[in-house]
Amino acid sequence: MCVGVPAKVVEKNEFMAVVDVMGSTTNVGIIFVPEVQTGDFVIVHAGQAMSIIDEEFAMESVEEWRKLADARTP
Amino acid sequence: MGKIISLAHGDGGELSHRLIKDVFVKIFGNNEESLFDASVVDIPGSLAAVTTDSFVIKPIFFPGGSIGKLAVAGTVNDLAVSGAIPLYITCGFVIEEGFPISDLKKIAEDMAEEACKAGVKIVAGDTKVVERGSADGVYINTTGIGAYSRSFGNRLSFKEGDAVIVTGTIGDHGIAVLAARGDLGINVPVKSDCASLNKMLDKVYQNSEGVQIVRDPTRGGVATALVELAEDFSLDILIKEELLPVKDQVHGMCDLIGYDPLYLANEGKAILIVSADEKENILEILTCFPEGKDSVVIGEVTGTEKGRLLLETPLGSKRLLSRLAGTMLPRIC
Amino acid sequence: MLELLKQSSNPEICRPLAEAVKEKAKEYYRVHGRKPAFMEVCGSHTMALARSGVKQALLNEVNLISGPGCPVCVTDQKSIDAMIALAEGEGRIICTFGDMMRVPGSRYTLMSAKTAGKDIRVLYSPMEAIKIAEQHPDKEIVFLGVGFETTIPILSLLIGEADQRGLGNFSIWMATKLVEPILRYLLDQGETQIDGFLLPGHVSIVLGEGSYSYLADEYNISGVITGFEPAELLSGIYKLIDIAASPEAKILNDHKSIVTKQGNIVARKWMATYFTHCDEAWRGIGIIPKSGLDFKPGYERYNAKKRFNVRMEEPRKTKCRCGEVIRGLVSPNECSLFGKACKPLNPIGPCMVSAEGSCSAYYQYMRESI
Repeated sequence: MCVGVPAKVVEKNEFMAVVDVMGSTTNVGIIFVPEVQTGDFVIVHAGQAMSIIDEEFAMESVEEWRKLADARTP
Repeated sequence: MGKIISLAHGDGGELSHRLIKDVFVKIFGNNEESLFDASVVDIPGSLAAVTTDSFVIKPIFFPGGSIGKLAVAGTVNDLAVSGAIPLYITCGFVIEEGFPISDLKKIAEDMAEEACKAGVKIVAGDTKVVERGSADGVYINTTGIGAYSRSFGNRLSFKEGDAVIVTGTIGDHGIAVLAARGDLGINVPVKSDCASLNKMLDKVYQNSEGVQIVRDPTRGGVATALVELAEDFSLDILIKEELLPVKDQVHGMCDLIGYDPLYLANEGKAILIVSADEKENILEILTCFPEGKDSVVIGEVTGTEKGRLLLETPLGSKRLLSRLAGTMLPRIC
Repeated sequence: MLELLKQSSNPEICRPLAEAVKEKAKEYYRVHGRKPAFMEVCGSHTMALARSGVKQALLNEVNLISGPGCPVCVTDQKSIDAMIALAEGEGRIICTFGDMMRVPGSRYTLMSAKTAGKDIRVLYSPMEAIKIAEQHPDKEIVFLGVGFETTIPILSLLIGEADQRGLGNFSIWMATKLVEPILRYLLDQGETQIDGFLLPGHVSIVLGEGSYSYLADEYNISGVITGFEPAELLSGIYKLIDIAASPEAKILNDHKSIVTKQGNIVARKWMATYFTHCDEAWRGIGIIPKSGLDFKPGYERYNAKKRFNVRMEEPRKTKCRCGEVIRGLVSPNECSLFGKACKPLNPIGPCMVSAEGSCSAYYQYMRESI
């Protein structure tokens, strides 16, 4: 439905931010994520940041996967 | 193929393949030679390898090179991957009216510098100027002539277990040029890998009998080059996604715009298929050269029947890879 | 954080996770006597499942059906014909996402119109279209608006920006689609037997976890909001098997790191400012009431459909079964054109065009049993 890529906000002004995607940088709009801070990771779609990635939930997911995975590893 | 030439006919993918096969190979009638980047012609007294190539690129100057460097390195590499020792290059320029002479000088200097590095001489040239608007800046056509030293691609010599080596990170040139065009507004701190590979490859040829075949994965990328090898020699090739050397920045940009590094052009990389017992030796030689320092094995020949390229994902599933189908376009979905 | 994000494709996690899913699916089989059948609503899911090899890995255990969530695939052929006709007019610059370029209309594609000399520009960021409009005041700039709820807010931004800058030469050809009406349509038809939905991770950013309650409440069918990396896909499927087996349907958010309960309220406000629901034609399905968006009164001057007089005839029929493919009724290889007359290079149906189309994903990644 839509390509979305995690990117780190390295610089921001009112409506735009510079984001880093694994070392490549680009300008994205941040109108939809007004509360975004420098250092946050966002999901970028078609040149706009659509969501801020919540680190705690991301960590929770990884832990969940590990638990499931560990139960399978002999 | 369509009735008129479209951009996709020039991108090294399926349409290019068909255009060459259905027009040039058919009309010129050189079926066997068409398998190689340079042809071997019989000159009484000795054997020479000959290749020709045209260079059109936007922008003309890009991080890591220019159309001039590209023209020399590209021609040298076509000879080198065919097992020849590059000696002479000729070049024809088509220049648009109004093109700055200073830029042309820079291009010529880049050519001379790269020729010097590669140890080849530019021995003949030609220029034509066309009306403003009839060309886009400058185009270069080259012919390369090399001393024929050894042959590759003996259908019978390929074996299960032969290793597939790529001589460094893939997609750098494609991404560097795309980013340099500026249309996408993405900054990628990656330079084109544009470089002559003849000295490195010659060292390999001198020190190992294990080389089965070599290709340079230019337009269409590593996937297209390997599909062609697989089809031309009826090889089953399996490469592993985890082993593919891709720079993080290239990966990042590809994710953003929906491109696949396997299909991006390289201008300073070679793919070698080598016998299993020689792969360590060859890797050792390659990694001694700056242009080959990131050489790695990315897969192997798993059979000599079906003529197809498979990719194993990190999950262990396998999928079939085809030639690039039409020009890659940035996508949102 | 980057390290954390990388874990989602770590083979050491994904491989055992795939085993866990298989076991879970076998358990389901033992109880229900058949494989669980799930529809991935989103085209990017279709693509990611094929590309990562998740679909292959689960081939014998889970029946994954590709749904109607590829914006290109569901764009009505007549609408594509109109876009191409629009591009053929003089004095226009057509701006589009790359995805649309190869979609076949009745006769051509936008790509062939471009080859024939029409000014068609592929953009990554739609905001570029605004710049182009300012640089070419003598031309009409038309953006081809396709996409679901992730993309629509961005189209709203375009209108906002054009309005603010007083651009008189910018408009959008709207062909956007909404998720809820199509899911309701599929369920109302009752043609497809599905045990649950893998719900689209990125659309859900905008819509929010809460937006899917109708699935469980009205249709008694479960869904899991799922991400796109291998571990995320596997985890989503694992949880979907789990809740599909229980008698009570529910909606689960397995992508909490980016999808919140209420979604992106700012983005939805932008959508609501400029657009209102309208009936929309879906390729191979027909018109679904209130499943698309049109301009609200006051913004009609940005409506390319009003601005340009483009009348299209009904397109000719082919044997293409994309309509059935996106409803999950047939799998791509059941279409007589698949892999023969219809290939990625010469697509007949739109599902073959977009890399995320069901047929293209199937052709590229699943064609042969390997």
